[in-house]
Amino acid sequence: MCGIVGLLVKNPKMRANIGELMLPMLIGMTERGPDSAGLAIFGAPVGDEERKFSLYASEADFNWQKLAHDFLTHLGSKVVSFNQKVNHAVLTTHLDPETVKIWLHEHYPQVHLLAIGQLMDIYKDVGTPAEVAARYDFSQLTGSHLVGHTRMATESAITPAHAHPFTAGQDWCLVHNGSLSNAPSLRRKLQHEGIMFETDNDTEAACRFLEWRMREGDDLKTALEHGFEELDGFYTLLMGTKDQLALVRDPFACKPAVVAEHDDYVAIASEFRSLAHLPDIKNAKVFEPSPKEMYVWKV
Amino acid sequence: MESIKYDLAKTPLREVNQFLHSDASVLNGKHIDIQNPNGAHNIAVGLKSEAKVNIHGHAGYYAAGMNQIADVTIEGSVGAGVAENMMSGRVHVKGFASNAAGATAQGGLLVIDGDAGLRCAISLKGADIVVGGSVGSFSAFMAQAGNLVVLGDAGEGLGDSIYEARLFVRGKVKSLGADCEVKTMGPEERKILVDLLSRSGHSDVSPESFTLYGSARTLYHFNVAKSGAY
Repeated sequence: MCGIVGLLVKNPKMRANIGELMLPMLIGMTERGPDSAGLAIFGAPVGDEERKFSLYASEADFNWQKLAHDFLTHLGSKVVSFNQKVNHAVLTTHLDPETVKIWLHEHYPQVHLLAIGQLMDIYKDVGTPAEVAARYDFSQLTGSHLVGHTRMATESAITPAHAHPFTAGQDWCLVHNGSLSNAPSLRRKLQHEGIMFETDNDTEAACRFLEWRMREGDDLKTALEHGFEELDGFYTLLMGTKDQLALVRDPFACKPAVVAEHDDYVAIASEFRSLAHLPDIKNAKVFEPSPKEMYVWKV
Repeated sequence: MESIKYDLAKTPLREVNQFLHSDASVLNGKHIDIQNPNGAHNIAVGLKSEAKVNIHGHAGYYAAGMNQIADVTIEGSVGAGVAENMMSGRVHVKGFASNAAGATAQGGLLVIDGDAGLRCAISLKGADIVVGGSVGSFSAFMAQAGNLVVLGDAGEGLGDSIYEARLFVRGKVKSLGADCEVKTMGPEERKILVDLLSRSGHSDVSPESFTLYGSARTLYHFNVAKSGAY
């Protein structure tokens, strides 16, 4: 199974409450995905020259203070901010992504780099959606749009790294409900192209495929058209970029999705029960997206 | 008619469904209103009395599944499998229906005012289904008996491997499935169509605007000339 949720808030007054609006959406998808949950939130951008690095350490007692201290010592006073929440941390710095990646790999190989961007923060962990949301204060999040996922693992292990969203490039993420039957062959093909994998998860293969297509010059639409040809299996994919949400369903519509378009927001979920609580939902245009069609909503 | 109200925001669904499974002597002639369905699954499944049920909002999966005798109206949309395996009675969806609407239904009437998703009327076994909008791909796959009336368009592979069900489509058919072909609408089929249009609130729609599809019956018997293909 698995559940997906997406929320794009058009009314600027409501952006301060996006976390609160979203929370029942994610919890509403608990039956579809009780073993892990994750969220990518697009908030206020950092400065032009700055980048946010979302980090995760599997040890609960990981010494983040030491990491922050070592980072400063080794790389100079280039840390703009360092915000830690349980075993996640968001590091903001002027340094370029390659420098940070290499430094992390050399000094803290056990730390996962979840995402890089100017707007996007990612949190993902094992536990029920309610537990994960409480652990990382999802209800307090602010921002313009978000992508969330609740996981019922069917093809690979239950670990935070296997939870969704997956990311590719900067300020870009993907969640997936479904399963891909050609993920291993896709991985082999992409590994020949020099694409690196962090897990054996099938969604990561889809994510790296789209990353590769966009690296080769495709825009998102063209990359997804290539995806329809190459991805074999069932999927509803929801993607977040710095200024849009995008949704596609496989040609057989094996996996569900429902959309509610309202003057104040656009909300997407696997099922209506995650949308029922949204303000003035009675006046929203509720519809089921067609298979093999790409839907895009701009902030 | 005596009216009973339930609010799913206050009463657990199981309690409501258990009441709906009371003895027919308790339920016959009753009108039951269900507020705040909020997309819950399995609302009003397996009813078997002469009750009228109104669901005020959007329902989730398998709404009014396995219905017998009862008359269930959903004021909003429904998830996958509405009225699946219905035996008799009437189910009316005022919004849209997701995939597999009326799957394997053996009797009764399913009316969907909006669109229906993929695989509508899959393996239909005798029920009547009228869709005011369009149906998605692979609808009426292996449909054995009964009637599917579509006022809008049909997607790919309509009526693939169909047996003796009748498919009346007013709009365009993207493609027909294996062994499904256009049929001539005779007086008998026209009468069935007129009756279904009238019972589903579409008596103003001309039966002449529909095309009838059915089985070419070429898959009924094993064809030895094609044995190499297996």
